[in-house]
Amino acid sequence: MKPRKRIHLAAHFPGVNNTTVWGDPASGSHIAFSSFRHFAQTAERAKFDFLFLAEGLRLREQGGRIYDLDVMGRPDNVSILMALAAVTDRIGLAGTVNSTFNEPLDVARKLATLDHLSAGRAAWNVVTSWDEFTGENFRRGGYLPKDKRYLRAQEMLSTAQALWDSWDSDGIVADPASGEFLRRPDEGAFEIHSDQFDIAGRFPLPRSPQGRPVIIQAGDSEEGREFAAHSADAIFTRHAEFTAGQEFYADVKARLARFGRRHEDLKILPAATFVLGDTESEAAENARQVQYQQVGPQTAIAFAEQVWNLDLSDVDPDGPVPSFDPKTEDDVDSGGHISKGRASVRMYRDPVATANEWRELGEAEGLSLREVVIRKNGRHTFVGTPQRVADTIDRFVQEDASDGFVLVPHITPGGMDAFADQVVPLLQEKGSFRTEYEGTTLREHLGLAPLRSDALAQS
Amino acid sequence: MTPPLPAMAPFHLAIALDGTGWHPASWREPGARPADQFGADFWVEQVREAENGLATFVTIEDGFTAARVPGDEGRSDRAQGRLDATLIAQRVGPTTEHVGIVPTVVATHTEPFHVSTQIATLDWVTSGRAGERIKVSTGDAEYALFGRRQPGTESRDALFDEAADHVEVQRRLWDSWEDDAEIRDVATGRFVDRDKLHYIDFVGTHFAVRGPSITPRPPQGQPVVTALAHVDTAYRLAARAADVVFTTPDGTGRDGPTGDAATTLAAARAAEREVGRTGEPLVVVGDLLVLLDDDAAGARAQLSRLDAVAPLRSDAAVLAGSVTDVADTLESWAAAGLTGARLRPAVATNDLPRITRELAPELARRGLTRGAWGEPGSLRDLLGLPRPADRYAHA
Repeated sequence: MKPRKRIHLAAHFPGVNNTTVWGDPASGSHIAFSSFRHFAQTAERAKFDFLFLAEGLRLREQGGRIYDLDVMGRPDNVSILMALAAVTDRIGLAGTVNSTFNEPLDVARKLATLDHLSAGRAAWNVVTSWDEFTGENFRRGGYLPKDKRYLRAQEMLSTAQALWDSWDSDGIVADPASGEFLRRPDEGAFEIHSDQFDIAGRFPLPRSPQGRPVIIQAGDSEEGREFAAHSADAIFTRHAEFTAGQEFYADVKARLARFGRRHEDLKILPAATFVLGDTESEAAENARQVQYQQVGPQTAIAFAEQVWNLDLSDVDPDGPVPSFDPKTEDDVDSGGHISKGRASVRMYRDPVATANEWRELGEAEGLSLREVVIRKNGRHTFVGTPQRVADTIDRFVQEDASDGFVLVPHITPGGMDAFADQVVPLLQEKGSFRTEYEGTTLREHLGLAPLRSDALAQS
Repeated sequence: MTPPLPAMAPFHLAIALDGTGWHPASWREPGARPADQFGADFWVEQVREAENGLATFVTIEDGFTAARVPGDEGRSDRAQGRLDATLIAQRVGPTTEHVGIVPTVVATHTEPFHVSTQIATLDWVTSGRAGERIKVSTGDAEYALFGRRQPGTESRDALFDEAADHVEVQRRLWDSWEDDAEIRDVATGRFVDRDKLHYIDFVGTHFAVRGPSITPRPPQGQPVVTALAHVDTAYRLAARAADVVFTTPDGTGRDGPTGDAATTLAAARAAEREVGRTGEPLVVVGDLLVLLDDDAAGARAQLSRLDAVAPLRSDAAVLAGSVTDVADTLESWAAAGLTGARLRPAVATNDLPRITRELAPELARRGLTRGAWGEPGSLRDLLGLPRPADRYAHA
């Protein structure tokens, strides 16, 4: 019999998205530090591997106006993770940092600082962007050509790695008696000349407690899978359905050997939502209510506009799916689309086909536009009693559909409380989830082998 | 019962933190714990010590080079390496409740959008105790770390203009969300009133920024911006962009002696007139590097001993003396019209506790500074600066 796999869980602070319910009386501030503290401390109490914060660098727009239906406004995520290190002891602290609108020296120094000042709990979700819309907030504007975005991300990561490896692990001697501060006078020396970067000097920080932050990559595309198999410690995916999850898992894990990496060197963590209830029917009813909160009438129209690429403000959300075809002449990437600053719009590669699917579903089951949007976009990953949810999560992991999940609740800041209190103890009873942190660093929580020190790597 | 004390003091004590201290030999002193400066406890203890000493705010030095002082590159006998100061500030923020926290920000190599949200976040984390010190980078080594522009091709005036633009963008972004932009109107499904979110549409020589911010307006509305000035260019930057200016009475800048306290105050006021500053005048705070001992002779002996290990070079005046000597100097600065002093401890392990436990009570006894904390408030409250109206709000 195979040994029982250990589940890895991350808590994603509810973000700038329609899935975050703000109209509920239980919904609190999305910006006050107290909300982040509550959320992080709940996840730590439940012995989660890490907390995750996404990033947004431009407010979304639709139809030429700022999109006002979702929760909006967030802190700088690495900053808030650093502050949370003061009110937590063990939980990992992961944030998305864009590779396009940052420079490697600054990013590498910030993430190394996060690792130093959290005693080894930092993680970086490396994302790419090229989009001119976001670029309007930055020095470089939107100059990065689309075909360079993965190149820049790869070079950003490899450059950051070089900077983190530029100090000996014992590079700081700091012996007052001898007066020797550095092991070698050139600790931190680096020189990078690549397509995107032309930099040299000395990295200003000694090697951090984990050697470097844990590297996360969000990757469903072919390029994303390769990138993750080559460089990442964990991969985020949308494949949270059992069979698709198993296929994704097998595909990505099979790629590791080509890069000289072992099966356990990359953790596969699908994003997942959950709704609990005391009985199955209560959970189903709760889920239905949450879906209607997540997709209000205006949000249903907004979602349809993202597919149709047209102003649909005259359409009745409680009526049928529009009978006319989407406008297709503007490619989503061209900047002419009605919806701006929203990565998910790129999923509608064939808007006419998507519209047809929606129409057919509506006609076949007599559903309104809003009901169709809920069916297509509002499905929750896990709905059930705590026992049912714990059983399902465990089955996914034991049967290699994932190594765990990134759980995103729909309420801030208390949305993880019930999961922590009711589901986690059941996972612990199964022996599938830790009852105490066994290590102090995030690498240890994730069961990743310690990094070889630079000296060993060079030998 | 203790009577309620005004949060605002007539004269402000601020403390400039920089690793083991401002003397290059400080890391070798007993108790300096030089290797610990890359961990959290080292900073938490220093900032708490400053808060216990009733300092109005602390500053945290920063720069991107490994060498802390130009010329120390490649020297294994000098303390090297720096954590990111804005992140040190975030890390210590939740562990304190009164003291203002003012990290240094290098304008030349950073994105104003990122810095704006980082400082706004610090203000949210600390319930309104955030500031920043804006700084220009002219060093070749720092340019090479970023590789985006050629050192020496831009005049110092141009770099200071860029820093002023950097702060202008930050300030517009802080105002780009009106305080009541979040409405949570369930009836119409709107989380925000988008008429209260504003594009900032800044276009300058080095960058153009569209906005709005991603971060709601911080608790202070505008966190406190500070700048250090030795020369006219820097005084003009402060007068255009800052709330607080640090001067170096009886010190030495790049262009020579900086004049006494009254001279630096006059320079600040002249710069205000020159740039047509409106609103609150600059809070003028003098910098002083201090090495404290029981008496002046002892302090001078300590300084000689340290200088023999590694000579101290300082733009700010250096006072090696007793607590009384420093208090006398600060009292003379107050009489000359300065609003505060930012003390740079030569050796943190010695001079920081001397400042907080001996000098601070002496300053309070002389009626210069507060004698106890009042209710926690914002850094603007402590400095007597009003919370500014939002520039985009139309009543």
